[in-house]
Amino acid sequence: MTGVTLGKALNLALHDALQSDSRVVMFGEDVGNLGGVFRVTDGLQEEFGRERVFNTPLAEATIAALALGMAMKGFRPVAEMQFDAFSYPSFQQVTSNIAKYHTRTGGAVNMQLVIRIPYGGNIGAIEQHSESPETYYAHTAGLKVVTPSTPADAYGLLLGAIKDPDPVIFLEPKARYWMRQDIDIPAPPLPLDRAQVVREGRDATLIAYGPTVQTALLAAEQGESEGVSLEVVDLRSLSPLDMDTLAASVRKTRRAVVVHEAPVFMGLGAEIVAQLMHDLFDVLEAPIERVGNATIPYPPSRFEKLFLPDADRILEAVDRTREY
Amino acid sequence: MAKALHTHPQAREGDDNSIGSLVDAHGLLTPEAERDAAVSDDQLRELYRMMVICRRLDQEGLNLQRQGELGLWGPYVGHEAAQVGAALAMESTDWIFPYYRDFAMAVCRGIDPGNILTIFRGLTHGAWNPYEYRFAPFIIPVGTQVPHAVGFAVGCKFDHEQTAVLVGFGEGATSTGDWHEAMNFAGVFQAPVVFLCENNQWAISVPVEEQIAGRIVDRAAGYGFPGVRVDGTDVLTVYAVVRAAAQHARQGHGPVLVESVAYRLQAHTTSDDPTRYRTDADLDPWKGSDKDPIERCAERLRQRNAYDDTFAVAVAQEAEERASAMRQTLVAARPPHPESVFDLVFANPPASLMRERDEFTSSLEQGGAE
Ligand SMILES: Cc1ncc(C[n+]2csc(CCOP(=O)(O)OP(=O)(O)O)c2C)c(N)n1
Ligand SMILES: [Mg+2]
Repeated sequence: MTGVTLGKALNLALHDALQSDSRVVMFGEDVGNLGGVFRVTDGLQEEFGRERVFNTPLAEATIAALALGMAMKGFRPVAEMQFDAFSYPSFQQVTSNIAKYHTRTGGAVNMQLVIRIPYGGNIGAIEQHSESPETYYAHTAGLKVVTPSTPADAYGLLLGAIKDPDPVIFLEPKARYWMRQDIDIPAPPLPLDRAQVVREGRDATLIAYGPTVQTALLAAEQGESEGVSLEVVDLRSLSPLDMDTLAASVRKTRRAVVVHEAPVFMGLGAEIVAQLMHDLFDVLEAPIERVGNATIPYPPSRFEKLFLPDADRILEAVDRTREY
Repeated sequence: MAKALHTHPQAREGDDNSIGSLVDAHGLLTPEAERDAAVSDDQLRELYRMMVICRRLDQEGLNLQRQGELGLWGPYVGHEAAQVGAALAMESTDWIFPYYRDFAMAVCRGIDPGNILTIFRGLTHGAWNPYEYRFAPFIIPVGTQVPHAVGFAVGCKFDHEQTAVLVGFGEGATSTGDWHEAMNFAGVFQAPVVFLCENNQWAISVPVEEQIAGRIVDRAAGYGFPGVRVDGTDVLTVYAVVRAAAQHARQGHGPVLVESVAYRLQAHTTSDDPTRYRTDADLDPWKGSDKDPIERCAERLRQRNAYDDTFAVAVAQEAEERASAMRQTLVAARPPHPESVFDLVFANPPASLMRERDEFTSSLEQGGAE
């Protein structure tokens, strides 16, 4: 299929999941005839009916809890949170119950459910619509957290998430919903625990995920024109982390920069740096750099570009690792 | 202490019906209640004037968004009676906790509309000092401001102030846990809160029937205080009922829920496409002059012989001037320095954050020098 947007790829994955498994259900705010505010569920209610795809009242805590209850009854719920910051009311249900239910029941109950959350900034939005909450979820044991960076990955990872027997927080990079790619579908589900080298290089590894993968690729292209060869790894899974793929890359390049939109402080980069530093201490040529937001609430949109990672900031960080 | 908190010394038998009985089965002020409310011609003209101004400002907000001057606009046309009626019913010493659509309330409180728009231009997250206007910031996460109002009202009660707190929210908000918890706390603490539900029958694409089984107004009873459902297109009714509710709260009789029923005549926001979920025909019953808050108010004024062309023209003229002043203020608004985002995080910022600010500043300077 040609020119498929990331949003459409997600829609196709949902469609194929609804079609192939009659236990898959989908719900959230405005997912019915509106098709969600980003149109990811466009046309699904019309095709599959109101018992498979339905609007809920405006209450994220119970949207998550409904997924728990229905999963326990043997459905395969895919719940939608409308925006990142609006997933916070569901936090208690996700962290205290969904993440712990399998443990609590001695393994008897599987939480086979997916919570989809658009996340990230760079869309010029007002407050509460540009958050990067991945660390909250990745820090919670019992959850799997994945995020695609391309239409093809969006399709494969979402199918993989729906088929996985454990609860998956599926983070959708909202600024990339309109990114286009030619993709082959139907395609098999992708494994949820594998990072991918998306560009090979020699001099340093850029570690990115979700919205920042394209930014890192841009930086790598710019770097090449300046004579620096950069490898780019797309994490795809934020929990668990595919440290084998990361370590193999950094073992080769000996330098690394982690890039995310979330604040650097206590961000996912901190964990990645700690693990690489521990495992590759004698291989590294320089401290691993991190590029991300300052320790501030997400700024007003007029200023957001100043705080989001861009190719220049990434290349400056690369320079710091090379000049060390 | 706990006892003092939970006793309701001033609660009287029969109070619970006094507010509900202000309106008839259609949610309109009864003739007796209208007589008792004794709203003067000047007060009614003031309600009319602010509604006309605010509708014009709403139109200008939409224009500004379409012209690229605003990132987003959330129209409130159809809400004029609810917002203006409620805001003007509160005393200047009372407080208001708005939701994101309560622009007209902010204007009624005297906040410069051009400054408010800087939020929707992406220059700032908050454009006024709440203490200066007794008007809390717009809150975007639906329903979360409702318990804030209860907390503030409990504080007013503990400080023995005669202050009422109005909180605005849509009907969608009544589905949230925060809303129910706030209603319960308000009942338990007998907090001086007026809960104003601006039921516009849509939460983005979700119609009220998919949001709520039963009636919002009836939920008040479950929390132990009165609820009243009013026609949200009649400003006199909204004004008189909210004024009575605020008085009830101020006098220590506890909270009141006012459900104001009207209709969202425009898209949810400029990012929304309502053609995907409703038709023009859905709007028809709400488009006539009998449902238009401004027309209805004009009609009431005419019945009192308090409306003439000179007045109407002067108000329309003023609305034009206010709209163009709002535009000018917005367009002239200088963005704050980006560094200010660091200064606004804490009252007492840690040194580490100030170091981050300095790094940011020097990176900006380097960037600018290139
Ligand atoms: C907690 C939360 N969830 C979702 C949203 C996204 N959202 C913004 S407005 C809205 C509908 C609100 O409807 P209602 O409360 O009736 O107010 P209205 O916009 O109709 O005035 C939704 C779902 C949000 N802002 N906050
Ligand atoms: Mg509504």
